[in-house]
Amino acid sequence: MAHFTKATSVKDWFNQRLAIDKVEKVMMSEYWIPKNINFLWAMGMVLVITFALLLVSGIFLLMYYQPNVTTAFDSVNYTIMREVDFGWLWRHVHGVAASVVFLIIYIHMFTGIYYGSYKKGREMIWISGMLLFVAFSAEAFSGYMLPWGQMSYWAGMVITNLFAGGSLHADGLVEWIRGDYVPAQAFLTRFFMLHVLLVPLAIMGLIGLHFGALRIPHVNNQDGEEIDFDEESTKYLAGDKAGAKVMRFANDFMAKDMMVVGVYLVFFFYLVFFHFDFAMDPVNFDPANGLKTPAHIYPEWYFLWSYEILRPFSTDTGLIAFAFAQVIFVFLPFLDRSPNTVPASRRGLFKIWFWAMLVDMIVLTAMGKLPPAGIFSTIGFVAALTFIGLWILLPIITKMERKV
Amino acid sequence: MKNNSRRGFMGMAFGAVAGIGAVGSLYAMKKSWDPLPSVKAAGFTTLDMNDYKENELVTEKWRGKPIFVLKLNSKMLEKVKDKKSDMDRLIEISGSHYMVTIGLCTHLGCIPGYRPAEENFLCACHGGMYDLSGDVTKAPPPRGLDIPPFKIDGTKLVLGEEGPEYKAMKENGITL
Repeated sequence: MAHFTKATSVKDWFNQRLAIDKVEKVMMSEYWIPKNINFLWAMGMVLVITFALLLVSGIFLLMYYQPNVTTAFDSVNYTIMREVDFGWLWRHVHGVAASVVFLIIYIHMFTGIYYGSYKKGREMIWISGMLLFVAFSAEAFSGYMLPWGQMSYWAGMVITNLFAGGSLHADGLVEWIRGDYVPAQAFLTRFFMLHVLLVPLAIMGLIGLHFGALRIPHVNNQDGEEIDFDEESTKYLAGDKAGAKVMRFANDFMAKDMMVVGVYLVFFFYLVFFHFDFAMDPVNFDPANGLKTPAHIYPEWYFLWSYEILRPFSTDTGLIAFAFAQVIFVFLPFLDRSPNTVPASRRGLFKIWFWAMLVDMIVLTAMGKLPPAGIFSTIGFVAALTFIGLWILLPIITKMERKV
Repeated sequence: MKNNSRRGFMGMAFGAVAGIGAVGSLYAMKKSWDPLPSVKAAGFTTLDMNDYKENELVTEKWRGKPIFVLKLNSKMLEKVKDKKSDMDRLIEISGSHYMVTIGLCTHLGCIPGYRPAEENFLCACHGGMYDLSGDVTKAPPPRGLDIPPFKIDGTKLVLGEEGPEYKAMKENGITL
């Protein structure tokens, strides 16, 4: 049995039982971060803070929301918005955060792609990150069902229909997912369960995996330089703070991290207080009606690029293209055949590939929002083909890349 | 060695129990997600076909889905007659021809709108079009509007029951 002595202080009492000093070192003061980074490295913390905002606002919404097809709409639009003191605040924080979290995820993703942070031992960081993206997508979709407005209902109808697999006509599977022939009570209650329990549990588990995957390879840096973290941290601890290439996670890195978070929160609450409407589709302020389709069904902005890949093709081809778009990012570490872990700017053709992919996804997003007619239909079709083409080109151009 | 084989046996015994339990619980979980009996039992709708006017689309409800009922006049019927397979999509009750279909686009399930002037259907979601018999005329929908299971009962139509006319349509590949 471990030997305990009379505690000299409260801290010592805890230290003997929970090794809090050691935990603090492992997690904070001796968790090493390279110095050669920029503000884009703060997006992880921005995401953690946004997730916390979603969790807290969600807890308050959960106290008044009713997952019932006859009362759901009013529990949100009347009870929470008009009766509950500050109910509007929780709803707008939740709605805005759900939208902004995807903006930050995309920035976080493209930062990783630009600096090659998915290579040389960092594959699991990338893969767990993409799984988080999938889980957040499921969370966003299931949450979108809950106000039970017209867009909730019809998005639920269209997205669950995707599971029929086009010509496979797996209608039984679709009815099984819905628990009814159409989205109805069973559908609402099970998506409520997914939104408030199962998917958040998965997200929290995946966040743990994502952080864990960082520990051995450590965070990448602006030059993709391979740092000997043992040597550099020894230098730091010996007092050569200026000469060491690394710094402590807390408080060295955290100080700047939280500075970025501060700027972000000002932007975030500006949206919550003055521009919350961008995250609130006007069509969803009509209660769900199974006998009336809205004139134009489109997803929230963060799903538009993949929706636009589905749209210009016939059903089966569209589904295959859509499935391709959903999973292809996961395979990035293996499709990039180049040995270089350096910023895209130093990688020749990959630099063009990176910017082409970014622009293409922005074009797809814009076209996804517009009605599928005339010139927009054509642009969307070309952009969808470009997306697929770029992924086919990736292994070829990275294979040709010279070692830098 | 003796200990090892005992431990191995216990491991396998536990594995067997856990395996049976896992299969059993997966089955229970799958069944719990199935549509409830009450949902399935509420799946019949009876329509009186005398109630409909020519070239006026009426949307009925069956299993929560919209059902298009369109009575064709003789001019519209001439239009449909141009294509034999389209004629087979119509339901004839006491001399009148009706288009009865599930009013959900076969692409992704939006409700197409009827345009009485053009005498066709247009789906606003992705631009699919259907003619007077509900057959597809413009992609992306992969096929014409589906016809719900029906049984003709005098001048009445029972949706949810499979009559001989519906079975014939299914066999001829007119509907799924």
